[in-house]
Formats: sequence, C-alpha cells, structure tokens
Amino acid sequence: MDKFRMMFQFLQSNQESFMNGICGIMALASAQLYSAFEFNCPCLPEYNYAYGIGILIVPPIWFFLLGFVLNNNVSMLAEEWRRPTGQRRKDPAVLRYMFCSITQRSLIAPVVWISVTLMDGKSFLCAFSVNLDLRLFGNGSTPDLAKADLVRLLAKIPCKDVFDGEQVVSREAASRYLRCISQACGWTFLLLTTLVAFMVRAIRPCFTQAVFLKTKYWSHYVDIERKMFEETCTEHAKSFARICIQRYFESVGGEIQDFHGQHFHRKDKSEDEGEKTKGDEDKLLGIRAQDDMNKVLWNWHTCKPPLNIKKEDFSSNGTININGFSNNLQKSDPPKKEWAVYYSKV
Amino acid sequence: MDRLKLVLQYFQSNSESISNGICVILALISVKLYTSFDFNCPCIPQYNKLYALGVMFVPPVILFFLGVIINRHTGVMMEEWVRPIGKRTKNPAVVKYLCSAMMQRSLLAPMVWVLVTLLDGKCFICAFSMSVDPRHFTGIPNNTGMDLVRLMAKVPCKEDAVFHNSTFRKAVTRYVRCYSQAIGWSILLFLILLGAISRVVKPCFDHATFLQTRYWSNYLDIEQKLFDETCVLHAREFARKCVHQFFQSMQEDMQLRLQLPPPHCHPSHRDEECEDEDHLHGITRDEQVDRVLHTWYSCRPELDVTKTAHQPKVCITWEDHNGRTLFSDV
Repeated sequence: MDKFRMMFQFLQSNQESFMNGICGIMALASAQLYSAFEFNCPCLPEYNYAYGIGILIVPPIWFFLLGFVLNNNVSMLAEEWRRPTGQRRKDPAVLRYMFCSITQRSLIAPVVWISVTLMDGKSFLCAFSVNLDLRLFGNGSTPDLAKADLVRLLAKIPCKDVFDGEQVVSREAASRYLRCISQACGWTFLLLTTLVAFMVRAIRPCFTQAVFLKTKYWSHYVDIERKMFEETCTEHAKSFARICIQRYFESVGGEIQDFHGQHFHRKDKSEDEGEKTKGDEDKLLGIRAQDDMNKVLWNWHTCKPPLNIKKEDFSSNGTININGFSNNLQKSDPPKKEWAVYYSKV
Repeated sequence: MDRLKLVLQYFQSNSESISNGICVILALISVKLYTSFDFNCPCIPQYNKLYALGVMFVPPVILFFLGVIINRHTGVMMEEWVRPIGKRTKNPAVVKYLCSAMMQRSLLAPMVWVLVTLLDGKCFICAFSMSVDPRHFTGIPNNTGMDLVRLMAKVPCKEDAVFHNSTFRKAVTRYVRCYSQAIGWSILLFLILLGAISRVVKPCFDHATFLQTRYWSNYLDIEQKLFDETCVLHAREFARKCVHQFFQSMQEDMQLRLQLPPPHCHPSHRDEECEDEDHLHGITRDEQVDRVLHTWYSCRPELDVTKTAHQPKVCITWEDHNGRTLFSDV
C-alpha cells in the first residue's frame, strides 16, 4: 500500500508538480525582472506611446513563448499531432486538452508581468501623459503656448528631472491621476482574469466531466507510454550491447572462456550468470539485428500499435506469445482456466 | 489493519490540513500584497471615493475567487452536485457541507485584506477626507484660492504643495484614521465572537447528522483521489504491456528463436506479474477504458463492497492418480 502510494506520488507529482514549479518560478522571475528593469521613458512626444505600450506588451509575449519552450509536453503534443494514424486512431479531444493545459500554464507569467506593470503605473504615465486634459490640471493661468510646445511639455511629465512647466500644469497631480487610472486598469484586469479562471475551473464540471476524465486519462497515458518506450529501448540497447560484446570476446578467446566456466563451476555463481544471461536475453525481446531494431524504431512512429493487450488475441493468433505457453499448452479456454495457465509452467 | 488505518488517517488529515495550509498562505499573500501595493490617492474630488472603495473591495473579490479556485473541495463538490444519480443516491446535505466548508476557507483572505486596509487607514482617509467638517480643526490654509471640497480632497496627499507641513492636514488625517481603526477592530471583534458562538453552539443542533455528513464528504474526497491513483497505475501497466507487445510483434521467425520457459518461475517474478494483472483489473482495450471512465461518471456504483471484502480465495490442489497431494495452495 505504502509502496503504491509513493509510486503514485512520484508518477503524478513528478510531472505535474514539476510543471507547476516551473510555472511558479517563471511568475516570480517576471516580477523580479520588472523590479530590476530600469524604466526609462524617452519623454519625447513621438516615442512615449511606443515605449510605454511596448514595455507593457512585448515581455508578456516573450514569457508566453518561453513557457512553451520550457514545457516538456510541447514535444509530446507535436508528436501526437503529427504521427501517422497507423493502427491507432487519433483523438482530437486529447490534443485539445494537452494544448489547453500547456497554454494555461504558460499564461501565468505574462499575466503577472502585465498586472505588476499596471499597478506600478510608470508605463501608463509614459504612454498617456500627452493625452492629459489640461482643464483638470491647469494651474489657473495658461499662457498661450503653441500646440506643439504644449504637447512637448506634456510629454516631459514622466521625467521629474527634465520637466520645466510647473506654472502650466502641476506634475505631481497629473502623475498621480494617471497612476490612479493605471492601477484601476490593473485591478480590473486581475478581476477579469480571475473570473475567467473561476469559470473554467469551477463551472466546467457542470458540462463535460465524463469527457474530461477520458481525455485526462489518455493524455497522461500518452506521456507514460512515451517514457516506457524510451525505458524499454534503453534496456534493450544495454542488453544488446552487453551480449554483443560478450559474443565478441567469446569469439576472440572462446576456448578459454569455456575452460574457465567448467573449472570454476560453483552452483550459485553459474545460476546467477545463467539467470543474468537469461535476463538479458529476455530484455532483448527477440530483436537481435540492427535492421530489426531500425524497423522497430521506424514503425513506432509511422504505425503505432492498437491499444489492445488482451490475452485471448495471443493464444488465437499463434504467432505471438509472451511466456512460451503456445509450445506446451493444450487447447484450453483462456478466461475460465486462468489459474491453469499460470501453473502450466511448473 | 494498522497500515490501513495509517493510510486513511494520512488521507484524511492530509486533505484538510492541506486546505487549511493553502488558506493561511493565501491570507499571508494578501497581507504582503497590501504592503507592497503603492496606494496612490488621486486627490481629486470626483475620483477619491471611487478609487479608495475600489481598492478596499475589488481585491477581496479577487482573493475570494482565487480561494475557491485553489481549493480541492470545489471540484469534489461540483462533481457530486452535477453527476447523474446512477446507482448511488445523492445526499444534498453533503453538498451543502462541502460548499460551506469551501466558502469559509475562501472568505479568510478577503477578510484579512479588508481588516488590514481598515487598520492601516489610507483608504478611509482617501475616501472620506471630504466629508470631514473643517471647522473642528484649526490652521486651515485659506490663501490658495481653491474651494473647500477641492482643498479637503487634497488632504490625503502629503507631498502636495498646498499642505506643506501643515498641522491641519495631520489633524484631519489622524481623526479619519482613528475612525477607520475603530471600525476595523469592531469588525474583527464581531467576527471572532461569531466564530466562537457558532463553535460552541453547533453541537447542540443535530450533531449526529453532522458526523454523518462530515464522514461522507471526507469519503468523497478520498474516493476521488483513489480513483485518480488507480487510473494512473492502470495507465502505467497498460503502457508497459502495450510497448512490450509492440516489440513482440516486430519479431521475425519467433518460433525458432524462442526459448523454452524455465523449469519454475522465480517467485518474485511471478508476484510481479500477478501484481501487474491486478493493476490492469482485466481492462485491456481502449474501448473498455473509455467505457470504465464514462460509467464512472454517468452511473456511479453503489456503496456496497460486501462481495469484494468477503471474497473466498480460490485454492488449487494437484494430486497424482493415487490421490497423493503433489502441490496445494491450502
């Protein structure tokens, strides 16, 4: 029981909590990056808007793409999407589920950057200071400035040390006002994002729970199957290499090996070696040539096997067997005589 | 039995204490968020109240929804509420219990935000500085040429040129902050009293039903966790067998190369294979898996495991033609 608990935790939590951890780290990195970044408004009418809005929009896009790059499941999604159908049909719902979960995790860091930028207010101030309504902030007497001069003055509002129009407009009041609007936008943005997440998370069970269980299972299965395949290939390669090298050494010094084997014959040691060789042979799974192995790897992509591992297919097929019972088993009915199947090895 | 008890305790306490822990972490996050947020009163008559009340009430709504999203019981509750009846009747009391537990936990972080805001006082000052009667305070600057409302609206902004180092501003600020803190402490006292009274009085009302609903809501949580766990283990075995079968199918001339099985299987290997079979539960095709998952949702099984719990063990005995026992499971 405990072993299964730990195994389950390792299986489940390793993948998901790893992804959640990366997601959290990226969110913290985006907040830290903003505070470390030295915001530097150009204070020129032509460039303020571009700079302010650029700082608001471009780093989130960069974080979003980075989330895709760091996520391991992206290559799994691409593989499942592009593979030929083979013997296993493709389920678009599973692909959609995988894509949605990857996208959700990648969206967290951009949302954090946008909210922090809006709460701080500097980019808003930089972008919209030229659009300020002077009637609210004019200091009583407004000398007749040309429009271009006025615009240039307003553009200098974000820069405390460059601003020189205190008689025309109060810089403090204007920047306070713009920051207030920026913070209101930030809170509204956060509220909308939270509401959308709430709809997706809490209301979804009302609609598609049965389908959701299915797609969650199969997307997890695709991930595990890929890992198992890689593990099996690695074990096979190891056994293949070991036996290959053993055969090579045997072919070079064959007589000496046998001689040694006969002289230093000890019961437990020979049994161990015998079992080890047998284990290796088992691990080879019958694939003993380079061409066979190439064919295995090629067919794994171009013609995936069907999802069916029922035992009846084995005995009826005749060509495939796992434990060799087709060599010495009488014709028996598999579902009823399962116990007999196991004991026939005795 | 002991191990099972330990496992159950771990499941039960783990789920509740995890929810409590997350709830407390969210409350701490709300405090940190408030202290790092740069409160920026606009000091303009039309916008002061809007901004301040917005800062006091919009983040609690966000924190409440975040609390609901993060809570595990939300999913359990929604699933139990929405599922078709199948073979298991629905108990509305359980859904209500889960809902109230989830609401209570989600309301902690918003209350913390509101209380911290009130005890700090900045929001109150920003919102209600214009409602203060300036005649109670001396030292009002009357050479600015601004009307009274605009002047009072600038009170929250200490760096403004109008109120440079003015005692009037400080007096008004202190007065409004005092009000704000009084309201904050009163709300806190009221909430604590409410919590204490409900804790004390609750066992007087229908305690037996409460024990039942609490048991069944914990059961639902554990059942969902175990179902997910079983699915994961099944997927693993399914994948392993599928990959194995794939490799087998790629073999050429298998009959010639295949070895005879060993005289007897290593006991541990047999156990492993039996364990694998257990994990598969006879579900070996994709349609079967789909059917399992669909039926789990649309037709939940009844809560009766008598058949499985008291299953007789099948024992096999091999005898030779004389009746002598060669091998026996007994």
